[in-house]
Amino acid sequence: MKIVVPVKQVAALDDDFELLADGSGVDPECVELDLNEWDAFSLEAALEVRDDAGGGEVVVVTVGDEESEDALLSCLAKGADRALRIWDEELQGADPLAVARVLAAAVAREEADLVLCGVQSSDAVNGATGVALAGYLDLPHVAVVTRLEYDVIRCTATVERELEGGLVEVLRVCTPALLTIQTGINEPRYATLRAIKQARDKPLEVTTPGELGVEEAALVAAAGSRRRQLRPPERGVAAEMLEGTPAQVAARIAEIVHERMTG
Amino acid sequence: MSGVLVVAEARRGELRQVSLELISAAREVKDAAGGSLLVAVLDSEPQRFARQLAADGVDEVLLVPTPTEHYEAHVAQRALEELIETERPALVLLGHTIDSLGFGPAVAARCGLGFSSDVIALHWEGGPLASRGAYGDKLRAEFEFPDKECTLLMLRAGSFEPSAPGGGSAPARTVQLSLDGVAATEHLSFREVATGDVDITKAALLVSIGRGVEDKANIPRFEALAARLGATLSVSRPLVDAGWMSSGRQVGQSGKTVKPRVYLALGISGAVQHLAGIRAVETIIAVNTDPEAPIFGVAHYGAVADMFKVADELERVLG
Repeated sequence: MKIVVPVKQVAALDDDFELLADGSGVDPECVELDLNEWDAFSLEAALEVRDDAGGGEVVVVTVGDEESEDALLSCLAKGADRALRIWDEELQGADPLAVARVLAAAVAREEADLVLCGVQSSDAVNGATGVALAGYLDLPHVAVVTRLEYDVIRCTATVERELEGGLVEVLRVCTPALLTIQTGINEPRYATLRAIKQARDKPLEVTTPGELGVEEAALVAAAGSRRRQLRPPERGVAAEMLEGTPAQVAARIAEIVHERMTG
Repeated sequence: MSGVLVVAEARRGELRQVSLELISAAREVKDAAGGSLLVAVLDSEPQRFARQLAADGVDEVLLVPTPTEHYEAHVAQRALEELIETERPALVLLGHTIDSLGFGPAVAARCGLGFSSDVIALHWEGGPLASRGAYGDKLRAEFEFPDKECTLLMLRAGSFEPSAPGGGSAPARTVQLSLDGVAATEHLSFREVATGDVDITKAALLVSIGRGVEDKANIPRFEALAARLGATLSVSRPLVDAGWMSSGRQVGQSGKTVKPRVYLALGISGAVQHLAGIRAVETIIAVNTDPEAPIFGVAHYGAVADMFKVADELERVLG
């Protein structure tokens, strides 16, 4: 039983972030890095499937520079067996299709029974990398999974897919398959202090797209978009801001609620 | 390659609203894209949607019969790949919806298309330009698709005014594709998530709490506050994910769409999926400690303040 879990180190803007003057990006000093929230759930799902199957290997993979190793280490501390980091400077700012193209080469090498991705990343919110990866690998896939039961004998997964408006579809897929995992599917575990220390002793391989057989031209061809500009959002109807102490704010809120409910 | 191909969505015999939003977005750029506006619908009985999809500005409706009764990601994927091959559009528009996210990115990857998802505005300058959020929607980014003959964009539901259904004179053409044996999943059933004892969609006043509540132990005081206000308590997704509240209370894309007269959002930052559920609310009041929280972009009244302190003071005001 081998499960590959692609993960991402996401960048959250802090409260007083600055755009670079040329609009090409954000001042890197103003971001906080962390393991993508969705990936904590896909990792947990993988660890549960491995443990229920009575053994196997969970391999976490990321496309990212050296700073993203913290995300891999936190996955290793939570129980992943092995990690792989793929990077080359040409991947700076890569779009989801280029990232999926690189991941595809790594996942193909692993010959996984299951590939579990997060539905989306909290910073880019594309919701695309996992399903694009399945496309490159020609793997059966189900997106936005909120329940997963893996039958190790029949090699099938019975899953629930979360639709809009509180509707759920129950379906079955044969493995190998790729699932994108939604938050709330499980309760991600925390790493113990001891496990955090031991994570550094687990295998962490660093490689490049080239070493995986993905040439620069293939990456350029795969890329689906190029970012022209980054700017603050123009807000539609900007809120009328209520100023003052919490007491003053509360008094205004009570007034507004009263007006609207009785008006 | 030229023209626009819209992929409509239907579920359980009903056309989904996003289909008409895609048509209206396509109309805006179809002349620039230099060709016709085609609308494809994949369904076991696609002809039932022919009339609604023949909206003003549509040139042809493509009816694609599917061997599966319900949406199946791999069937949709193959069908769209074949349609792109035969119809050769310059632009393909899909909804940024659960169903289309299940196959759109795979098609873009396999066919080497230009691609962007969760697109909220669309322009044409010699080719498509797409605007979307960045860094969790705190910024806007604009994307271009150089050297791509065809670009697939997934548009956020609710971002484009829907076209009126029907009203045009577009002919329908049935397109038979070989889709037998393509399905890789087996549909077992649909299930409605239990709503429990409350129906938040009927409430006139909602007090809604989010991640800012920090701990399950803090929920009862907001239940009490809601009761004092004569309001119903609703929540954003993280509280349901954490198992603190039942999903029947969840507002948003995967939860409920609500339309109370007043929606008091406490400690809710306003993720896209949450905002999708409160579009029709008359008055939104938001309290959040983060001045950059996206909820302030849609709220009518906002306060950068601590939800606990404001809640305390509200209790006091209510005496």
